[in-house]
Amino acid sequence: MEKNDLTPAEPQGSVMVVGGGVAGMQSALDIANSGFYVYLVEKSPAIGGKMAQLDKTFPTNDCAM
Amino acid sequence: MDDEYNEELGKRKAIYVPYSQAVPLKYAIDPDNCLYLTKGRCGTCETVCPSHAINYLDQEKEITLNVGSVVLSTGFKSFDPSKLDYLSFGKHPDIVTAMGFERVLSATGPQGGHLVLPSDKKHKKEPKKIAWLQCVGSRDENRCNNGYCSSVCCMYAVKQSVMAKDHSKVPLDCAVFYMDMRTQGKDFDRYLENAKENGVRFVRSRVHSVYPDRDKGDLVVGYVDELGVMVTEHFDMVVLSTGLEISADSFELATTMGIELDRSNFIKTDSFNPVSTSMPGVYACGVFTGPKDIPQSVMEASAAASAATENLALARHSKTQAITIPKQRDVAGESPRIGVFVCNCGTNIGGIVDVPAVAEYARHLSGVVYVEENLFTCSQDTQDKMVEVIREKKLNRIVIAACTPKTHEDLFRETLIDAGLNKYLVEMANIRNQDSWVHSNAPERATAKAKDLVRMAIAKALHLAPLFESQLPVSPAALVVGGGITGMTAALALSRQGYPVTLVEQNQTLGGNGRLLHKTAKNEAVAVFVRKIISEVEADERVHVLLGSTVQGVEGFVGNFKTTVATGDDTRIVDHGVALLATGAKESRPEAYCYGEHDAVMTLLDLDARFAENAAVVDRAENVVFIQCVGSRNPAHPYCSKVCCTHAIRSAITLKRKNPETGVYVLYRDIRTYGQREFLYREARELGILFFQYDVDNTPVVTPGEDHVTVTFTDHVLGRPLAVDADILCLAARIDAWDNTRLGQAFKVTSDNDGWFLEAHQKLRPVDFATDGVFLCGMAHYPKPVDESISQARAAAARALTVLSRDSINVGGIVAEINRERCGGCGGCVAVCSYNAITIDPEKHVAVVNDALCKGCGACAATCPSEAPSLMGFNNEQLYAQIKSAMTV
Repeated sequence: MEKNDLTPAEPQGSVMVVGGGVAGMQSALDIANSGFYVYLVEKSPAIGGKMAQLDKTFPTNDCAM
Repeated sequence: MDDEYNEELGKRKAIYVPYSQAVPLKYAIDPDNCLYLTKGRCGTCETVCPSHAINYLDQEKEITLNVGSVVLSTGFKSFDPSKLDYLSFGKHPDIVTAMGFERVLSATGPQGGHLVLPSDKKHKKEPKKIAWLQCVGSRDENRCNNGYCSSVCCMYAVKQSVMAKDHSKVPLDCAVFYMDMRTQGKDFDRYLENAKENGVRFVRSRVHSVYPDRDKGDLVVGYVDELGVMVTEHFDMVVLSTGLEISADSFELATTMGIELDRSNFIKTDSFNPVSTSMPGVYACGVFTGPKDIPQSVMEASAAASAATENLALARHSKTQAITIPKQRDVAGESPRIGVFVCNCGTNIGGIVDVPAVAEYARHLSGVVYVEENLFTCSQDTQDKMVEVIREKKLNRIVIAACTPKTHEDLFRETLIDAGLNKYLVEMANIRNQDSWVHSNAPERATAKAKDLVRMAIAKALHLAPLFESQLPVSPAALVVGGGITGMTAALALSRQGYPVTLVEQNQTLGGNGRLLHKTAKNEAVAVFVRKIISEVEADERVHVLLGSTVQGVEGFVGNFKTTVATGDDTRIVDHGVALLATGAKESRPEAYCYGEHDAVMTLLDLDARFAENAAVVDRAENVVFIQCVGSRNPAHPYCSKVCCTHAIRSAITLKRKNPETGVYVLYRDIRTYGQREFLYREARELGILFFQYDVDNTPVVTPGEDHVTVTFTDHVLGRPLAVDADILCLAARIDAWDNTRLGQAFKVTSDNDGWFLEAHQKLRPVDFATDGVFLCGMAHYPKPVDESISQARAAAARALTVLSRDSINVGGIVAEINRERCGGCGGCVAVCSYNAITIDPEKHVAVVNDALCKGCGACAATCPSEAPSLMGFNNEQLYAQIKSAMTV
């Protein structure tokens, strides 16, 4: 299992996600939707990351946007 | 200045929206290029901005936040090929990076999706020949320091070549120059075979030079073909399949935080903790931990969500804010008072459609009492204003003429809730995607069409009625099917978040394939980990393990499943809110190469067993031969088993390290040591392990001897047959799916043609089934190594937690309703319902809809000859009104 050596007595109910690409957005959504407050930090003026630059994606040829 | 979104192939201004669908859709000032900020001149944006939104004095602020954990997902930077002289990148506009080519193909790109040569956009000259060069900035330690494989370039090059052929008006010659085609993902090999059938050429060669031909103006590609002959070939365009690497910023972030990186600057993880960094409380996902594709990144993202919240479970809901919902106004007795909001979407709509004219037109339509134009109807200030206007003007139906309900309907529904209106009293007219975007060359007709769309939406809005949802409690427990590494990981991940889990395993022991594996790619002992995780599961009070047990049947739906589990002759019913299917896969028994006929012939798992028992044959063997792709990547089983190249090379290295005198031969089709696994391939070659490529139509021949087998194959370079007397012949046997038909039927989930469970969306929902509340993980989804199985197990747990952490789920709203008077009980609707949401009441002989299962697709309403089902929010009265309005101008 993931390393479990940090068990604070009174844990914070919030998480910071650094990077707002497809991975950061998914992580932030799952964390928020399971009852935690999320700070999503993104350097550029928009979230979306590299995937927003892609045209179609394999293997289904779906539009990346 | 050069537009980085379009990979410098287009231009943008110093104040800009990054791209037309950017979130948030707001302008930003580029401080490095703004004349006012750099030279104190200009200042035009401040003078022209009607909202006074420009603040040149805005400064970077430091904010301190207390958080329970951190997830790093800063992604990658595309390799910069200008560092490599031999590619002439930057010396000719028709040499582009793969990211640049994505922009060339994109409808929102600098060429509007037209495949024309960047060197001659003016005359719209189309390329006739395009070359893709693989492994630019990957698998290369001589010219750059990126020894790893970037994992995604083979697939994106195949995709781009297919898309380019599709875009091109002329017959297009596409050639991909590669070393190994690494299409190891789900359905990727099929895509590759289709590309070959479509005429894409695949040339196994690493290109040594690209240079412009000054006379002809095109490009020359120099390479050595498979027979060792030097070839030069002319192309109109060259795409560099640039690899993925860690940016200087990400490197700095990790080193500042003190997080351990690997030799290539990816975050160091171990196979059993794939999303944990060296620092407790800090997790990572996506390319920051190694090169990977979108589905794998999305899985890891969910996995990181599960890992990052595991130690915070006691603080769940402590920082989230409850929303106070204003009381809903009863509009039943009121006559329609429609408010219309027409959006400019910046210039997306307003640049084509005459928005003031559309607004003016709407003002005179029946039922309309208020009309407003917005620059962005979706902006937060517009939402606040909309709430005010709804209250002030007593509006009771809202029409938004803007973009698509797919992305924005939920936002406007929220606004209606805030204004005290039933959220279903909003109707959208899509005057962007269905109008301004597709008719940009005919603005007048686009305006006329916008008026039609708005009129139709208003006609429907007149008939909108409030819809209601009911709440069902969620049973806060999980069922996990499969007790291998994946199932156990998922069970523990859920239990540690505070939810009881029933773990169903059909065998009498836990561990699954984990019991059979020797080492991971990173040389970690699997048996040690499996023993540890089994003892953790057994010691966990919240995990209830049922061995020798199978699922017999399932009733219910998301939040409220009742599953019958049989253990021997006993059956029991388990109540649970979610289910995770982690049933795994199995190594097949080969039917070729004397397997089962000669003791020297074995599979990779058989060899692992010999390693585990320190068998004498392992130390004694003079020659060992590995044959790859046994039963995989053929017409009957057209998929790649993904794990075997790494597994075989790991085993080959173990043998060679035990006894350097042993001759070790690997016969392969493509070596698919993707990502950092490439270093293993390199290590193997450095140790003197010999690799020979074979063709699918010229497979090795095995002849049994007394205590060995003779393997005959062709040396690809010399073109001569070679024979090796092997003491061990190890076959990389195909990984097979189990027959999951019964389990699939019970949970109403499906499998693909190869028997793997079918996810809801290959890219964006890789662990969800289309059926709500049921999730998939591990090898039941597709063959995968231990680290990816563990990621996916955690990901499935994270997705399941989004259901379990809720008190209740809402059902109803846009669902079908049956008019019992009209229903003849024929079952036509039952047959067309893809979600098994309709049953026939056995006593009353009428159809009954389960609101929790109904997705509101309307198939039943369209099928029924008596119009008994009607889809709420899209009933016949509403649709007929809309159609009638379309016909009458």
